[in-house]
Amino acid sequence: MNALVAKLARDLPAMLGLAIVLFVLLLAVFGPWLAPYPGDASASHLLRRLKPPTADFPFGTDNLGRDIFSRVILGARGALAIALTVVGAAMVIGVPLGLLAGYRGGWLSETIMRVTDVVLAIPQLVLALALAQLMSPSLESAMLALSLTYWPFFTRIVYAETRRLSSSMFVDALRGVGAGTPRIVFLHILPNALSPVIVRATIGLGFTILVAAVLGFLGMGATPPAPDWGLAIAESRTYLPRAWWYATFPGLAILITVMGFNLLGDGLRDIVDPRIRRSR
Amino acid sequence: MLRFVLRRLVLVLPSLLGLLVVTFLLIHAVPSDPAVAMAGDAGTPEQIARLRQQYGLDRPIWEQFFVYVGKVATFDFGESVFSRRPVATDILQRLPATLELTFAALALSIGIGVPLGVVSALRHNTWPDYLLRMFSVMGIAVAAFWFAIMLQLFFAMDLGWLPLRGELASTMARPPRITGFLGLDAVLAGRWDIFGDHLRHLVLPAVTLSLGGLATIVRFTRAGVLDTLQQDFVFYERAMGYRWLRLVWIFILRNSVTATVTQIGLLFGGLIAGGVVVESIFDWPGIGSYTVQAILTGDRQVMLAVTLLVGTIYAAVNILVDVAHGLLDPRLMERE
Repeated sequence: MNALVAKLARDLPAMLGLAIVLFVLLLAVFGPWLAPYPGDASASHLLRRLKPPTADFPFGTDNLGRDIFSRVILGARGALAIALTVVGAAMVIGVPLGLLAGYRGGWLSETIMRVTDVVLAIPQLVLALALAQLMSPSLESAMLALSLTYWPFFTRIVYAETRRLSSSMFVDALRGVGAGTPRIVFLHILPNALSPVIVRATIGLGFTILVAAVLGFLGMGATPPAPDWGLAIAESRTYLPRAWWYATFPGLAILITVMGFNLLGDGLRDIVDPRIRRSR
Repeated sequence: MLRFVLRRLVLVLPSLLGLLVVTFLLIHAVPSDPAVAMAGDAGTPEQIARLRQQYGLDRPIWEQFFVYVGKVATFDFGESVFSRRPVATDILQRLPATLELTFAALALSIGIGVPLGVVSALRHNTWPDYLLRMFSVMGIAVAAFWFAIMLQLFFAMDLGWLPLRGELASTMARPPRITGFLGLDAVLAGRWDIFGDHLRHLVLPAVTLSLGGLATIVRFTRAGVLDTLQQDFVFYERAMGYRWLRLVWIFILRNSVTATVTQIGLLFGGLIAGGVVVESIFDWPGIGSYTVQAILTGDRQVMLAVTLLVGTIYAAVNILVDVAHGLLDPRLMERE
């Protein structure tokens, strides 16, 4: 374990990713105390609308006179909450299905994997949009739609790992000494299949923030006055090109956050699966 | 070769059937009643009952499924609530614009991405390589809708070099519709001015859409070429004094792009999904902006038809990817 941590510590891009992720986490937890104008999550100050960046308002103000810097900080919590909920829910659905399909075999396994294939055959954004549209548009629907379209990624990974592990020597040995199926699956196969799942989840967090921002931008996610990054960019379009800062900074926040998760995920993958190393 | 392709076609059938089931369930698993939704806020119970009967919603669910499959097989996707025209007609009219944009973006991604990937691999662990890798990480992490707005802000609003939105200046009339592809129709009508103006409109949306794919292609090409460079035949050919550039761009590249080709197939899904957002920002009159319109107006028939269309295109592209693999590496075809 220590050797792996040391390996990760030597991977500069991964460390940069980790630093970004920790920083965003910090903003998400302590945002209301760190933001210079925490009240601007909902308050409006019409006298200072659309002011360009100054020392008082480093990212300028928006159409309701709210400090964009504060709102970018406050937005971290929402973005992370959505991503963690969606990826968590997708894991709760996807991992057991993968275990079941991988260990059991037979028609049940076939059915699960065919459904997985079909869901994966439709781009996630399109399917999520269709689902979110069919439920009434709200942040909850968006999160549910994203979870319902993300689980197959986990199912497929866990399935492949379970297949590999269940035909391995140590599982045979466990069966030989009379270990029950739940014991083998949950105590022995699952922990061994976990590392690719963690890699996928890390990259998935970044990806979900991106897709959730798209849903927010299209008006299918967060609703005003929530300090959502995607929503802010959508609102800014009316005030372009005058208020360039309004669209620019929330977008940079998305870019940096997603990049952090991707860099960290890539670093973790290099450790878990050295065969597909991205750098040599 | 033919057997190889046929086999792929048969293998894709279960997926398509599954796609039908999923879209069908999308309508029926949702708690709200489609008949109520269609009748609108002012719908009376009688109207709702009539709609339910008209659309066969009162019959058993498996019977409804067969009716649904029958309708899909005859390209009957119902009527769009927004345009009051058959969804199939709308889609057919808008498809060329989307294909044009998608292929332009794909051409940009491949045309720029593959050479950059090769350069990155040949110069690996030097500053051009670091720069390209940084760029490819950012290309995947950037929100396309934000990047689109930044491009509009800079190139259209600030500098005024390129048009802000649409596919043709409003002062220009569309050439007669022959193929539906505006660029092609302009050429067929001999109107090069229209063609040029259309091309100028195509630049920003195509660049935006190509970004994610470009980053992925650079990355996979780089990894593939790095792998191939280690192989014995490369050492041998070099030792024999074979011309280096020819070796790189023909033999090494051909042996390196298998993973890239797979990625191009996967990208296609991303391009179509990305098109939804990019088209609506640039007012590109394709399937994507149609989808956004459907979302905003709650047009279910359109949403379902688009989902089905996208799934089918995706399946078709995957067959093409398999065939491309077979052509690049004939051993794959012989194995079956």
